[in-house]
Parts: sequence; structure tokens; C-alpha cells
Amino acid sequence: MGANLLSNYGEVIAMVLFGLGFGNLLLQKNLIKKIIGLNIMDSAVYLFLAEKGYIESRIAPILVQNEAGELVRDASKYINPIPSGLVLTGIVVSVSVTALMLSLCVKLYERYHTLDLDKVAAIVKKGEQ
Amino acid sequence: MGASIIRNFPSWSIMLCLFSGIVSSVLKKRGARLVNTILLLSVSVMSGALLIFTWNSGVAYTYQMGNFPAPWGNELRFTCLEAAIALFFCIIMFLSLFGGNEHLNAEVEGRKHNLYYVLTDLLLASLLALLYTNDMFTAYVFVEINTIAACGLIMVRQVGRTIEAAVRYMIMSLLGSGLLLMGICMLYDMTGQLLMTQMHDSVVQIMATGDYHVPMTVAVCIITVGLAIKSALFPFHAWLPDAYGYSTVGSSAMLSSLVSKGYIFLLIKIIYRVIGFEAYHDTKIIHVLFIFGLCGMIFGSVSAIKENDIRRMIAFSSVAQIGYIYMGFGLGTFAGMSASIFHIFSHAASKSLLFIAAIGLTDVSGGSRKFSDLTGAGYRHKIAGVAFTVGSLSMVGIPLFPGFISKILFAQASIQNHGKMLPALIVLAISTILNAIYFLKTVIRLYTPVENSEYTVARAKEHKGYTLALILFIIINLAIGTCSEYLVNVINGGLLNEIAEGGKSLLNLLQTTLPA
Repeated sequence: MGANLLSNYGEVIAMVLFGLGFGNLLLQKNLIKKIIGLNIMDSAVYLFLAEKGYIESRIAPILVQNEAGELVRDASKYINPIPSGLVLTGIVVSVSVTALMLSLCVKLYERYHTLDLDKVAAIVKKGEQ
Repeated sequence: MGASIIRNFPSWSIMLCLFSGIVSSVLKKRGARLVNTILLLSVSVMSGALLIFTWNSGVAYTYQMGNFPAPWGNELRFTCLEAAIALFFCIIMFLSLFGGNEHLNAEVEGRKHNLYYVLTDLLLASLLALLYTNDMFTAYVFVEINTIAACGLIMVRQVGRTIEAAVRYMIMSLLGSGLLLMGICMLYDMTGQLLMTQMHDSVVQIMATGDYHVPMTVAVCIITVGLAIKSALFPFHAWLPDAYGYSTVGSSAMLSSLVSKGYIFLLIKIIYRVIGFEAYHDTKIIHVLFIFGLCGMIFGSVSAIKENDIRRMIAFSSVAQIGYIYMGFGLGTFAGMSASIFHIFSHAASKSLLFIAAIGLTDVSGGSRKFSDLTGAGYRHKIAGVAFTVGSLSMVGIPLFPGFISKILFAQASIQNHGKMLPALIVLAISTILNAIYFLKTVIRLYTPVENSEYTVARAKEHKGYTLALILFIIINLAIGTCSEYLVNVINGGLLNEIAEGGKSLLNLLQTTLPA
């Protein structure tokens, strides 16, 4: 068990980061800190994917020439390209979501003059009574 | 010839939605609305044709996007069930927009109207993609598009508490989609596939060898919890009442009846098509879903009884209804799943009707949502009163209305599971009584006469579109309630296709789960 964790340290770190980001997104009161948590969580997933796609002693999946000047077309020389593609897609999604969250932040601050969600909830409750 | 064209319809409808969204962003309000109406009509026609085609052939079709074969390309997969849900979603969305149009005009700034239609087009695109797609990562991307579109629909009305509601909605949704993404990545790492059908083959192999049992269970749990958060299962429902209660009425109707259902249907697809129903059953998370479903049925209704705001009361009732759906999953039988899917239809039809009807009632009560002001509103706005009564009766489970059929299907399904029969039936009975308390209380209040009321009486002539939308909603509810056997046949046909494709012995499963 311990040896397994040690040899797959990249995945372990990714999981720890995922937990940290998830906890921050869930528990922080400050909206900006929540968004930072969201970004840590998403990056952890990309680290996990990159770690899983990497194969020891192989190179990035871009066609290269060998010493004789021919293109190396043998797939066993390259790492798995699909996780990289998934990471790219994921980054696009996370950037757009972050942008949306930040714009919501601006709107929230304009209206309530605080980024603390508990205070916002208190103001909202007061306004109702 | 005809068949080969019809097979393209799912991908065409998704593309059409995406393009209409793009075009609407540069159009004026009327143009965007026209594009949206044409889009909804054409997608309905295409889904209807697809429904007839798949129903007659009775098999599942796989459509390769761009003709790239299986491990490389992206795929769509559809049976009569997907086509029926797509048709139903289009109709509900059309009627919700139609009924909520007056309020949209009043509550949203003029130059932002076309953006509202951009959001609805994208919402429809993502819903259709969630229905049809056969690729896990595509599903994740469209889940995010769905979330963003839904967030926009909540905060397009920039008064009151919508911004706070939108922030809460986004945070919970992002937690859910983070878990979903992690689960999909884990499944991909174990199986090496992204297409659902191919993934299933690898999952079967992995399960047979017995390796990776723990990671597989973790991945399944993470995905289930992620989608449960997004569809507001009981302990994760805190964002729901604000989001449904304060957004403009068309958005509320669409959010409650369509958005959460898209996620639930994705979960059903993952259960059947990727993990396999029996393997999912063995992970034990099904019992957790069952218990949370039961809790949701009770606590959602209790919160609704305590509520003094009619819109928030209807929103809390959604928590209870989502609980019913997950309770059906938790029964772990074919009949339970079929009942859950039927409840997706019946809840969507009744809940959107209730939201649209409630807004008419609050309009004739000086815009107040408090019950004390709503006294006698059924006399002031006759058609809205009748519509609200129809929706309430359906939610309580009176025969003739869809809610009755789903309750009876849930009861029949629970009888087949001996361990869970008693809790399911007891909670079903309690929940029905609680539903009756708050819905019938409201109906009685609506028809309590008040002397010399200061509020005006609404005339049907002044609200033609709204009246027509309500009448059509009532007709749809009655149609689902009275012709339920066709719908149940479609649902069972679609589910049986999934099981047969999953490589299971169909007969074996039927013998254990269906009555002799």
C-alpha cells in the first residue's frame, strides 16, 4: 500500500489538491477564496489526467525525426495524447466558468458591498423582514 | 432513404440549437424570439419523427459524428425513450416561454431580451446533447454548458435576491461538476475508453477479474454524488428554493422541470450503459440514494408546509419530487427505474404548470406572494386558479392526473423489492398526506371568498398568450394522466434496449424484476 502510494506520488498529490480545492469551494465564506478553491480543484484534475497519460521514457505526441531523418510513426515511442486533449477541453471549460463566477462576484459586491456570503445572507434576511 | 435521413436528426437538432444561439446574439428581441420559436418547433418535429421511427423499429441506433469509427470518433446513441424525452422537453420549454413572456417583458431590460433567448437556445442544446450523447467527456462539457445557461436564466432578472441565488446555484453546481469530472477521469483511467458502450465492455472485464474494485466503487460514488448535487437531491438542496423562487417565471418553470431532469437522465444512462445495472446495484450506493430519496420526500414537504411564499413553496415541493425519483433508483429494480422515468415526465408537466399558474395568481394579488394576500385569488384570475388546482391535484396524486400514475408505479415497484417495500410504501403514504396538506391548503385559500377585495380581476382577453399556455399545459397533464400506458411502453422499450445492449441476459433480469 505504502509503496504503491510512493510510486504513484503524482496521483496522490492530485487527490490531495482536489480535496483541498473541494473543501475551499465548499467551506470558505469569501467568494474570491471560493473561486481560488475551484481553480485548485480543476487543476488537480488536470494534474491527475496528465500523470495518467504520461508513460515513462516516452516523448510528447508530436511527430519527430530520428537520426536518419525519417518521421517516427511508431506509436510506442509517444505518450498517450488523449488525456492532453481532455485537459485542454477542461481548461476551456474552467476558464469560462471562472470568468462567469468573477463577473457574479462583481455584481454581488456592487449590490451588497461585501464578498462574505454569510454577511450577504444576513443582509438578504434583514431586507425581508 | 428516409431512414438514413432520420438518423441524422439528433445531431441536426443539437447543431441547430447551437447555431440559433449564435445567430440570436446579434438579433433584436423580436428576431431572437422568432428564431427561438422556429427552433423549438423544428426540433419538436424532428424529435417526433425520430420517436415514430425508433418506436416502429424498436432498436437502438448509434450515430457516428463525422463517420469516424468507434474508438476515435464521437457518437450519439438513441432509442424511442430519448426521442420521447426530447419531444417532451421541447414542448415544455415552448409553453414555459409562452406563459412567462409577459413577465419576461416586464422584468428584463429591453436590450437584454435577445440574450435570454440565446441562453434558452444553449440550454436546449445542452439538454439534447445530454440526452443523446454516447461519450462521457462530451457529457461533462455539456453539463457545464447547461450549468452556465441555467445560471444566466436565474440572474437575467436583476432584482431582489437573484444574484445571491445565482451565486449559490453556481457554487453547488461547480462542486457537483468537479466531482463528476474526477469520476469520469478515474473511469477513463481504468477502462481506457471514453465512449459509453466501449467503456461498459472494459468495466465488465475489470469487474470479472476483481482488480480495481475499490477505485471502481469510488468512481461510481463520486459520479453519483456529483449528479445528485446538481439535481438537488435532499441534503444538497439548499440552493434550490432561492434559485427557483426568485428568477423570472419562465426560467423557474424551465429550471425545475428540465434542467435537473437532464442530469438525472445522464445518471440513468451512466447506470445502465456504462456501469451496468447489476454492477451498480452491487456498489451499495443505491441504498444511500434510497435513504436520501426517502428523507427528501419527507423534509422537502415539511419545508414546503412551513413556507409562507407560494413560489418558494412550489420550489420546496420540487425537493420532495426529486426525492421520489431517487427513491425509484434506490429500489434497484427495473420497475423502479421505469417509475422514476415516468415521474420525470409527470413532475416536469405538473411543476411547470404550477409555476406558470402561480404567477397569474400573484399578479391579481398586488404582486404579493404571501398566502394571506392570495385569499380568493382563484376568483380573480379564473384560468390560473383552475390550472393551479390541476397541478396541485396532480402533485397530490388524484386519479386522471399524471402524479397518480407515477405514485401507483412507485408503489407497484416497491412491492417487488421485499427489503425496501415497507419503508418505501410508508414514506410514500406520509409524503402523499404532506403533499395534500400544503397543496390543498393553498387551493382552499385560493377559493375562499373575500368580501370587497381591493385587487382587480384579470380578464382572459387581456392575457391571451398566458391563457392559451395554461390551457395547453392542462391538456398535456390530462393527456399524460389518461394515456399513461403508451408512455410507460415507450419508457420500458427504451430501458429494455439499454439492458439488451449491455450484453445481459434479458430474460434473467426480467424474471427477477417483473411480476409473473
